[in-house]
Amino acid sequence: MLSQLLIGGIVVGSVYALMGLAMSITYKASEIANFAQGEMAMISTYVTFVLLGAAGWPFWLAFIGALVFAFLLGVILEFVFIRRAKEPNALNFIIITIGFQLLLYGLAGWKWGSDQRRLDLPFSEQEILFDMGGVIVTELNLATLVLALLIMGALYLFLTYTKLGLAMKASQQNHMAARMNGIPANRILAISFGLSSVVGAIAGLLVAPITTLDPSMMWDPLLKGFAAAVLGGMKSLPGVVIGGFLLGIIENLFGFYVSLEFKSVVAFLIIVLILFFKPSGLFGKHYVRKV
Amino acid sequence: MSSFFTIQHLSKSFGGVKAVQNLSFTVNKGEIFSIIGPNGAGKSTVFNCINGLYKPTGGSISFQGEALIGKRPDQISRLGIARTFQNLELFAHMSTMDNILLGRHLHMKSSLFAIAARCHPRMGPSKEEIAHRGRVEEIIDFLDLQAARNTFVSALPYGQQKIVELGRALATEPQLLLLDEPAAGLNQEEREELVFWIKDIRDQFGITVILIEHNMQLVTQISDRLLALNFGQKLVEGSVEEVINHPEVIRAYLG
Repeated sequence: MLSQLLIGGIVVGSVYALMGLAMSITYKASEIANFAQGEMAMISTYVTFVLLGAAGWPFWLAFIGALVFAFLLGVILEFVFIRRAKEPNALNFIIITIGFQLLLYGLAGWKWGSDQRRLDLPFSEQEILFDMGGVIVTELNLATLVLALLIMGALYLFLTYTKLGLAMKASQQNHMAARMNGIPANRILAISFGLSSVVGAIAGLLVAPITTLDPSMMWDPLLKGFAAAVLGGMKSLPGVVIGGFLLGIIENLFGFYVSLEFKSVVAFLIIVLILFFKPSGLFGKHYVRKV
Repeated sequence: MSSFFTIQHLSKSFGGVKAVQNLSFTVNKGEIFSIIGPNGAGKSTVFNCINGLYKPTGGSISFQGEALIGKRPDQISRLGIARTFQNLELFAHMSTMDNILLGRHLHMKSSLFAIAARCHPRMGPSKEEIAHRGRVEEIIDFLDLQAARNTFVSALPYGQQKIVELGRALATEPQLLLLDEPAAGLNQEEREELVFWIKDIRDQFGITVILIEHNMQLVTQISDRLLALNFGQKLVEGSVEEVINHPEVIRAYLG
């Protein structure tokens, strides 16, 4: 039973990790916690649904189409809403992203209603790949994990070894100095929002087949992703990934051995404990800005 | 004839405060040109207008025949204007090497998606990376920063951080270098070194320098010409003797 719980925890943890990464990318770039992240992922998942269903695209094409849409959505958020703010502070940004969240939530409700729909991926939840003495791994489990790991790897390579990744790192550390060195830091910020939205959309696509497709499908994964990011350290991408997996596993074990009713509360218990004992997260470095 | 660098009728106000009013001056190629004036005279505002951090309220700025107003800071840096800041703007959580390497950013392959000068050690460095690192090493040698090469800049003493910032500005291979109080916070020895470096930057690299500085000893030592500002307006522009002996300048400083 324990190994089955661990596998379940790792799979769901990989989705938390992706959501956490999405939050962390924009947070690192701009210190903005984007509360619209979940709804942006939800809308992108609906776009996949439409492309697959009404438009009749093949899965991988629809998948790529949805990611392109997600990227544009992130760029729009930065360009239309974030950039217009005059001398904003953290609270203004929270209000802006919550506003964007409500806007998207309303749009989804108006366009698709609150019915719960099914999103069919080419990976089945019933197809059992391995069965080792009662420990079951389904096709969907494996696909979720593999896809999440691939995205994390690609993201790591991208941020570490490309010129754009380096420009993002520079813009994060000193926006003005980056501009002074020929880096179009505002455009880089828009790209960061696009990238974060893409990572979130992939999380959405992996969540939808496990739960259902409806406008509030991302509330829980968003909060869990946020908790994972706080656990691992908002500004450390490897920390966020480890935080996601840890949270998934802890939650699953707690749900079985302690209390199923309180399973979802574990994430918040973890946030409180982390803020109490190590506010910068398990792997976060705490920088003090010199004045 | 269009000159190297010209500012005409530049004005910048913040609400009702006129930080710079109707300011005009020219800088010739190869000059070391200093801007002096009491605190709040609008010196840094002029720099911020030149490299696009501020949008001027009026006037024009031209660099080698190209109008700068309306361009973004990154576009202006690509035209060949670099600067350092009064209060250090470094990438604090990167090494000296990486800070200076970022100055090379605008010379790296044009596409943002190009694989950068940070290939994996196992794959071996690319030709482009070798060239950029070579330039960085030259700057590190020139500024005597060998000992600080791999240190996080936030761990360096203040004087060294200022030199790293100067190195990053040089790495962009500018034609015009704006230095905002480079000697502030340096000790006597560092200040003397700085004088040599600024002269070498002009003589060896042929870079034109505009300097904001309070230390009059340093200013009179290295400047070809001076501009004195007070309350955002030009008091006088001319040779060192002309400016420091001008009655208005003496009054602004003493009275």
